Amino acid sequence: MNTRAPAVAARQLIKTYPGDVTALNGMDLTVEPGTVFGLLGPNGAGKSTTVKILTTLARPDSGSATVAGHDVLRHPDRVRRAIGVVAQNSGADPAATGRENLRLQGRLYGVTGADLDRRVAGLLDRFTLADAANRQVKGYSGGMRRRLDVALGLVHRPQVLFLDEPTTGLDPEARSAMWDEIGRLAGEEGLTILLTTHYLEEADRLAERVAIVDRGRVVVEGTPDALKGELRGDAVHLELRAAIGEAGRTLLKGALGGLPGVHEVVVDGHRASVRADDGAAAMPALLGALERAGVGVAAATVARPSLDDVYLRYTGRRYAQTDDLVLAGGER
Amino acid sequence: MSTVVSQTWYMTQRQLMVFVRQPAYAIITLIQPVIWLFLFGSLFREVVELGGFGTTSYLDYLVPGVVVMSALSSNMWAGMTTLDEIQRGTLDRFLTTPVSRAALMNGNVVNNGLITALQSVVIVLLGLLGGADYPGGIAGVAVLVLAAVLLGTVFGAFSNALGMLVRERESIIGINTFLLLPLTFLSSAFMAPSQMPSWMRHIADFNPLNWAMVAGRSALSENPDWEAVLVRGGALLALAVVAVWLSIRTFRSYQRSV
Repeated sequence: MNTRAPAVAARQLIKTYPGDVTALNGMDLTVEPGTVFGLLGPNGAGKSTTVKILTTLARPDSGSATVAGHDVLRHPDRVRRAIGVVAQNSGADPAATGRENLRLQGRLYGVTGADLDRRVAGLLDRFTLADAANRQVKGYSGGMRRRLDVALGLVHRPQVLFLDEPTTGLDPEARSAMWDEIGRLAGEEGLTILLTTHYLEEADRLAERVAIVDRGRVVVEGTPDALKGELRGDAVHLELRAAIGEAGRTLLKGALGGLPGVHEVVVDGHRASVRADDGAAAMPALLGALERAGVGVAAATVARPSLDDVYLRYTGRRYAQTDDLVLAGGER
Repeated sequence: MSTVVSQTWYMTQRQLMVFVRQPAYAIITLIQPVIWLFLFGSLFREVVELGGFGTTSYLDYLVPGVVVMSALSSNMWAGMTTLDEIQRGTLDRFLTTPVSRAALMNGNVVNNGLITALQSVVIVLLGLLGGADYPGGIAGVAVLVLAAVLLGTVFGAFSNALGMLVRERESIIGINTFLLLPLTFLSSAFMAPSQMPSWMRHIADFNPLNWAMVAGRSALSENPDWEAVLVRGGALLALAVVAVWLSIRTFRSYQRSV
């Protein structure tokens, strides 16, 4: 096989669910072999649907994709042999022990005998589950379960590993341990990792390349540094005392954007964000302009560019708010 | 082919282990029939004097009825397990491995069949302990157990299909509660057909539960009517094949919906 072929290539994937819910709307993706690639976006952006299609679980309405060089629609069996999948709910058998879960998973891939014994023992050690290996999974902590999930995805030495929200629901300590483990995995012989996350910090820390997904498509892609580098200067976030309406928004954008050294003004509800060549130096002028416009300021911060800012720039919304939006939408 | 067989075994083993490790569940599955056996056995003991039961001991008559009824009531909840596996993510995990889809479904069928067979044998033995007589001997018991397993397969497969289609526990509970007693009482479980109102008798002729009871009871009698056994058994087998085929189809429709 051509080793320079992409580990994952998706072209124009479209997927709609009953009730006219568009999950994917022209998803394009290319992941180079041996890299860690992060799909970043809020809940409902289409990350999980993308993973389901790439792991042969779901079929797209249209579009095509290859994983490890195999077409997911024409040769799903070849794809399944080449991939390891750690889904959001990996569903280890609660009544089985950690070791039994791993052994069964290995057998399903045709790993047997001494090879299976070695492989399972190695994974139990590596994920510090050796002591709990013979205990039923229902007694495991959240962190232990998640480590077992990842081990399950690795038992047959896959070429491409899918990690769907690997640290969602973990406490900070378990999360940081999981990050260390994923970091170590990334260094392994030729393993490609496709990671989905809605934690900016996670993508920033683990992924060599990041694609920001919004409403079923990739809005921007690059290395975290390059994405942040495209944003000139500092980010200044202003929390306003009152939400700004449609008319006020245009007015405010004009007032702030006209200041020297200030660009890219985004006003979104209670918040205004601007990019400034020198954030601290621009602050008095910004506050002055807001005061003249009669807009009260509750808080103001200056920060180096983060992926959050990248998200804001390409989607026009703050990252933290999109989750709320999705949640509110889900309640309807 | 051998992969399908070994994978079916892995899947069966996995489920049997759950059965073995949940002693409470295992004991209830095995104890509940005892309650039926002795409750109905005592309640209806005199009924045998009405005639038409083909035996002078009501317990002889009752054992096949309770075996089949228990096969129904333990298999009709199979969809709950499937639902659990879907919600826990276990089914999706297996579907992203190269495991054969047939093996996934067969694992359910074989597991449920083994548990039904065990449950049936226990009921037969308990009946023996209570003084029941089986003139048909081992062959008769084997036919009864097989008929119970086939009936269990029919309802287990339907229950699985239902679980994957509706994906709601409430629907399975509702349909099962709705079906269990009418299906049981519209059969020869407790009452000889000749003592039933004629409309009931005619409905019972189309009740798969009754096919299993008639086949098992006949095989257990002194002079089995093998033709009747074969016809009922064949019909049960055909129905089981259709039900399993249908549940594998539902599998595909499940996959389209994720």
